[in-house]
Amino acid sequence: MVQKVARVVAVAVIRFKIYLLLVIMVVLPGATQAAVVPEDRTDILYHSYDGGGITIDGPSILVRKGDKKSYSVFGQYYVDSISSASIDVEVSGASRYTEERTEKSVGVDYVRDKTTMSFSHTTSSENDYEAKSYNIGVSQDMFGDLTTISLGYSQGDDIIRATGNDSFEETASRKNYRLGITQVLTRDLIMSFSHETVSDQGYLQNPYRQQRYIVDINAPTLEYTFGPEIYPNTRTSTANAIRAKYYLPYRAAIHFEYRDFEDDWGIDATQTEIGYTHPFGEEWIFEVHLRNYEQSSADFYRDLFLSPTELNFMARDKELSDYTTSTIGFGVSYEFAKNGYGFIDKGSANLFYDRIQFDYNNFSDLRGLPAIGEEPLYSFSANVIRLFVSLWY
Amino acid sequence: MRLILVILSLFLLSGCSIQPWVKPYERQNLADPIMSFNRDPSANSYMHHVYQSREGARGAEGGSGGGCGCN
Repeated sequence: MVQKVARVVAVAVIRFKIYLLLVIMVVLPGATQAAVVPEDRTDILYHSYDGGGITIDGPSILVRKGDKKSYSVFGQYYVDSISSASIDVEVSGASRYTEERTEKSVGVDYVRDKTTMSFSHTTSSENDYEAKSYNIGVSQDMFGDLTTISLGYSQGDDIIRATGNDSFEETASRKNYRLGITQVLTRDLIMSFSHETVSDQGYLQNPYRQQRYIVDINAPTLEYTFGPEIYPNTRTSTANAIRAKYYLPYRAAIHFEYRDFEDDWGIDATQTEIGYTHPFGEEWIFEVHLRNYEQSSADFYRDLFLSPTELNFMARDKELSDYTTSTIGFGVSYEFAKNGYGFIDKGSANLFYDRIQFDYNNFSDLRGLPAIGEEPLYSFSANVIRLFVSLWY
Repeated sequence: MRLILVILSLFLLSGCSIQPWVKPYERQNLADPIMSFNRDPSANSYMHHVYQSREGARGAEGGSGGGCGCN
């Protein structure tokens, strides 16, 4: 009850601030230059994720076109081809499975004077999960275009099913409230602040996952078994981020990012990232970045529960545990046809590689059936590749 | 929440009292594509999805987001 009241209050506060900002944006006078519509471009991307027994790859195609003055429309088609024998699949005794997720998005951006309004719709479909979401946003340039304030709202509705259990069907809904401020500070430094509150309601767990508990805490030899997870049916989270980008004297850029997160499940997380972008000549751009993420576990997470009824809510998802992820990434872009070719104004070919290390602090590796107290902690690394061509026209 | 209101107030107050201190003709460095927070939206959106699926945190990633339930 207290959680519900807190969630309602948090949402009401966010709504009030959105209304307040809308009023401010209407009242404040505009200056001379209009906002700019997004560039006409097409991105053809191949993505690949390989780590922790999971391989996911597929294409993504984004096409954006407008009149270069007042509007721009886009469509995106995205596919995940999944082959999974993750630690969760292995420990449950199941065998490797394959599935496919298809995501489609359409949207429009409309610019009037210094205001940009956006609307988009996304659907995601796989054999046991259907999702659709709507997103609206408005941004306003002000103070001589040194400041941009943006507001956004998304609403999503999901249907969750379970393979092998035809009678199982649950729903979940989600609301996202976003606020962003981008500020030019000097001729070489730009900063942004982002805030997002997300509120979920419904079936928020994975129907295939299980928690682990001790069969009889008073037995002379302790043994464990698995039982169903029990999640709360609401979740509210807030995230705040600050980003900065600085132009170095010799045409290169460094960037910094810090993000702070908390939710009413007890998860606290921080993320820091630094990066460096360096062009070579007129055609090449190289990039390197480092990212670190740390989170605490949810209040109802345990690697091993003492009994099947230890808590009202019980979960053993590694995404709710205490862990860190560390990423090092490299990227190279080659720009071609810079003077135009046919209907193309310019193009670029790009390759980005990221290596992510996941280190769990209270999630055990149960493969090999270790005895209680002898379970090693789980860790793995993943390779992520993005290979894409962008065309501007 | 208070932090947001304080930052917002500072932006608004500074904007009401101070003329733009970076003139349009001084923004060639800021206009360089390497200074964009979101130079390749499609590729960035994919990385947000990679992290959102495997980390507990969500939101304020930059860009428009969409909140698709694609775990």
